[in-house]
Amino acid sequence: MRIEVNEPACVGSGQCALVAEDLFDQDDDGIVIVLADHVAAGLEDAARRAAALCPARAIALVE
Amino acid sequence: MTGRPRTVIVGASIAGISTAEALRRAGYDGTITVAGEEPHRPYNRPPLSKQVLTGQWAPEDASIAPAETFSGLGIDLLLGVRATGLDTDRRRVRTEAGELAYDSLVIATGVAARVAGPLPPLAGVHTLRTLDDATALRAGLDGAARALVVGGGVLGGEIAAGLAKRGLTVTLVGRGEQLCFGQVGPLLAPLLADLHRTNGVRLELGRDVVELRGADRVTGAVLSDGSEVAADLVVTAVGSRPRVEWLAGAPLRSSDGVECDPAGRAAPDVYAVGDVARWADASGGSSTRVEHQQHAIEQAHAVAATIATGVARAPGIVPFFWSELHGTRIQAYGRFDGASSLAVVAGDAADGRFVALATRDGVPVGVVGWNLPRAFREVRARFASTSADLGERQLVP
Ligand SMILES: Cc1cc2nc3c(=O)[nH]c(=O)nc-3n(C[C@H](O)[C@H](O)[C@H](O)COP(=O)(O)OP(=O)(O)OC[C@H]3O[C@@H](n4cnc5c(N)ncnc54)[C@H](O)[C@@H]3O)c2cc1C
Ligand code: SF4
Repeated sequence: MRIEVNEPACVGSGQCALVAEDLFDQDDDGIVIVLADHVAAGLEDAARRAAALCPARAIALVE
Repeated sequence: MTGRPRTVIVGASIAGISTAEALRRAGYDGTITVAGEEPHRPYNRPPLSKQVLTGQWAPEDASIAPAETFSGLGIDLLLGVRATGLDTDRRRVRTEAGELAYDSLVIATGVAARVAGPLPPLAGVHTLRTLDDATALRAGLDGAARALVVGGGVLGGEIAAGLAKRGLTVTLVGRGEQLCFGQVGPLLAPLLADLHRTNGVRLELGRDVVELRGADRVTGAVLSDGSEVAADLVVTAVGSRPRVEWLAGAPLRSSDGVECDPAGRAAPDVYAVGDVARWADASGGSSTRVEHQQHAIEQAHAVAATIATGVARAPGIVPFFWSELHGTRIQAYGRFDGASSLAVVAGDAADGRFVALATRDGVPVGVVGWNLPRAFREVRARFASTSADLGERQLVP
């Protein structure tokens, strides 16, 4: 599974990093930083949860 | 029940679509039909008053997901189909395109913009709730120089900021003496007023528009203090009303939103999510209807889990919302009702970047972020884990 983010859509909510801190962080303006483009086994559910919770729908997962 | 279970979702926006997707993630293998009145592919509303209004985005950029996402998940999307009635005995939704039979029904019809008083339908007068509204407003900017925004709430503020960015001279009229900003309004009002003024928005607070001037096209407005404002563009943002008209006659309570228990159940196998839903508080407080994107998503996830597993999930969602005004990102997490002071815990209010805890009778009840999103998240995470009253709860009746 791979993570793709749409940075111009990100609203800096931090929701992704709250539920999947191994996969996401934010820069100083709050914009999402992907920590690992490829999701390690065991973190897939966290990635799905982050994508589903993102209020800007800025996270896409490519299976 | 014969064959596969059927879930029908009415309303194809963030709450309805999130419910459909979450059902599949939870392993639901019944049919999922989402009927939405708007003809457009489902889209996010928050960008309409931000990137779409300022012209940074084309309206299509607000789309929630490409069409293949829905077909890939086996979600049957009926666009341009309005529900006109509900028969809970026969478990059928009446629509303009025939009846839809359901085993579980999710009501996700949102809200409509309220129309400001008895204002005449002049050209140049707009509201902003839908993509069509946004397209019309953008077209209306052509040749417009002076805008009047009516409504001192979050949306009015965003529209005023967007129009100022587009180079219009903007006056913002608000009925209250202070700008509103949901429950955090009283704490942030002076900062919000400063931010608008610094960015060239003229504020007329404690006033109302009593009359619009113009023959076919608006030329200005008369305010309640007798003063006049010249304007060739007027945008009203004076609140909303839940879209419950199609539920008339159904045995549901829906005077200000569809009333639900803490798991979003309005009646057996009938649920409501998003802006249209009024959920009872899990710990016995009063019911609330919340109009935030994140709230709609979290309610959708809870209802999908309930439908998929048969076990009621009452998540006790803590409201979170964000806004963007003149490039400043404002975030709030918590229940601010009655909160009276802010204590800065990161950044510095003098620099225009801070995170603060809001307190009520000395007890922290929420976190406010002002242009400091990363620190906001860190404070929020600490706050949620130390506050007994907050965070996710699971209730199995
Ligand atoms: C301009 C704007 C900016 C916003 N900015 C922010 C923000 O920055 N942050 C934030 O947290 N929130 C923001 N919001 C609020 C957020 O957009 C809403 O909370 C969210 O859209 C709620 O989603 P919903 O699916 O419940 O309702 P809606 O998005 O209103 O969708 C309901 C859908 O149901 C359809 N419908 C209604 N009746 C019927 C019927 N009888 N049959 C079929 N379909 C029907 C409607 O046409 C609509 O498409 C903003 C809202 C607007 C309008
Ligand atoms: S959840 Fe979405 S909007 Fe929030 S920081 Fe992550 S990518 Fe950005």
